[in-house]
Amino acid sequence: MSARKPASDVVIRVTGLCTSFGEQQVHRNLDLEVRRGEILGVVGGSGSGKSVLMRSIIGLQTFDAGEVEVLGHDTATLDEAEAKNLRRKWGVLFQDGALFSTLTVAENIQVPMREFFNLPRQLMNEISGYKVAMVGLPIDAAPKYPSQLSGGMRKRAGLARALSLDPELLFLDEPTAGLDPISAATFDTLIKTLRDTLGLTVFLITHDLDTLYAICDRVAVLGDGKMLKAGTINELLEFDHPWVQAYFNGPRGRAANKERK
Amino acid sequence: MAQNAQLAETTTDSGRRLAISGRLTIKHISGVVPRFQTLHPDNRPLTIDLGGIGRIDTAGAWLVHRVLRDWQAAGVAVSLENASPSAKRLIDEVAENDTSCEIHPPMPNRLLHRLDIIGGAIIEAVQTLGNFFAFIGATLVVTAQTVFERRPLRWNALVHQMEVVGLNALGIIGLLLFLVGIVVAQQGAVQLRQFGADIFVVNLIGRSSMREMGVLLTAIMVAGRSGSAFAAQIGAMKLGQEIDAMRTIGMSPTEVLVLPRVIAMSLMMLLLGFYGSVMAVLGGALYCWVAMGIPPAAFAARLQEVVPIADVWIGLIKAPVFGVTIAITGCFQGMQVTDNAESVGSRTTAAVVQSIFLVILLDAFFAVFFTAIDFG
Repeated sequence: MSARKPASDVVIRVTGLCTSFGEQQVHRNLDLEVRRGEILGVVGGSGSGKSVLMRSIIGLQTFDAGEVEVLGHDTATLDEAEAKNLRRKWGVLFQDGALFSTLTVAENIQVPMREFFNLPRQLMNEISGYKVAMVGLPIDAAPKYPSQLSGGMRKRAGLARALSLDPELLFLDEPTAGLDPISAATFDTLIKTLRDTLGLTVFLITHDLDTLYAICDRVAVLGDGKMLKAGTINELLEFDHPWVQAYFNGPRGRAANKERK
Repeated sequence: MAQNAQLAETTTDSGRRLAISGRLTIKHISGVVPRFQTLHPDNRPLTIDLGGIGRIDTAGAWLVHRVLRDWQAAGVAVSLENASPSAKRLIDEVAENDTSCEIHPPMPNRLLHRLDIIGGAIIEAVQTLGNFFAFIGATLVVTAQTVFERRPLRWNALVHQMEVVGLNALGIIGLLLFLVGIVVAQQGAVQLRQFGADIFVVNLIGRSSMREMGVLLTAIMVAGRSGSAFAAQIGAMKLGQEIDAMRTIGMSPTEVLVLPRVIAMSLMMLLLGFYGSVMAVLGGALYCWVAMGIPPAAFAARLQEVVPIADVWIGLIKAPVFGVTIAITGCFQGMQVTDNAESVGSRTTAAVVQSIFLVILLDAFFAVFFTAIDFG
């Protein structure tokens, strides 16, 4: 085991991250911190490297320079067993759910359990039962295949799989994109409730201003390959940067703000 | 590990008491799950002491909840002791979401299910056959319209497909047929030597390559190489709704995608088939020269004497027909893709298997046909 630093308030610490694809530099010296128990919203224009940042943190993307520390472990120095152990502690919801198409929803939820633990089948079935209910899926969705579900239901099912092992950390990539406003609002509430009951830390990439206002404790803005600023929305409203101002004080930003008041 | 969840049961006159200690999380509960499953309510009230647990997650909360639920259902008093607020919250959370779900779609009666599969397969086969004929029909209509200049021919796509299907295949097909030519010459020589008829190796190589082997092997190679690519490309486009987008804009997928591929493949099969046959003969000639001492000039002279020109014509007549068959099968299977990425894979496989099957079937038909009309 690598020496685990004492449980601190910072769950994810990214320092000096540089990523590039060929000539194109995505991140130039990016720093980011995610604190325990918070919902951090990550915003930025298209192509500002939000998804790449998430992929770098969860180890799907190699980076040129910098350090990524998750739950006290430097992800670059872990051996295979430690990396596997760390992966068990986070859940990831990809944009379209990324469910395994040949397995039913219930089987999808059981995949991580089967992979890591040796639990009796009956218990796993019971666990998938309450996970399905917890993410707000109708119970008859459990024996269905992903292709039989709507987009919103696939996202919920993906969330149930991400929560399968009761992770400490949850990564969400645009969870409300493509959902109707009602589903999006219930999804927001769901994430907030899950955070409160399960004590999760949530890393949330979104374009949805309503989501930012409704559930995010802090918002981090990416731009020019860096993190421009992280703070509460009120702090960002004061922040003098053209993109941030256009984002939060543009017509949509004001509408979302008004709604809140 | 010391963190593993532990279960201690003490029984007194006034009731049962379960003391749980350790970490009641999904990682550490596997040891106590069997004991939890053997717990059944009797008449004595139960107290669950959660004072000793270090951590708890929903899986652990579920185990506790299940005991509470069973006891309550049996009407026996049950209570929690020393539960931390977070433990209480999690237990409430899972209690709220207590449902039982099916894991798999319901399985019907075995016999009926079997019959259902057979019937479904037959209906599917008939429908596919119908769709296939419809597809051929649509392709023919578009071809006719193109010929009579009611539609433009997509020259760019055509030339591009000719490059991909033909030019890029020269290396692999040349090598394959060259090696097969050597093998046939070598095996033939071994057998013919027994009769002192070594020189007939030239007949064997020349006739078999030109008439059958050259074109057939080329067709199989092209089916595996390009037929599969057609199915996969068009299938991926169908998945990505590109085909729908084309229709909406008013472009006919048959005109844009299918026709250039069919024309390119029939032209290229003609050229590749001839090229393949020649490469096989060259392979045989090399073997004859090196291993049997027949110089190339003698080989060529003998070849001219024994291989009728009809053999070459037969090969060249078959090649474009095979090309059209492979291209239409590949495009058709690509168009049949639905729903998910898995069907791209199965349709690609179907494209290769069916086009090779059809090519061999047609080859047999041609053999009978040319014999019947006394050609060659």
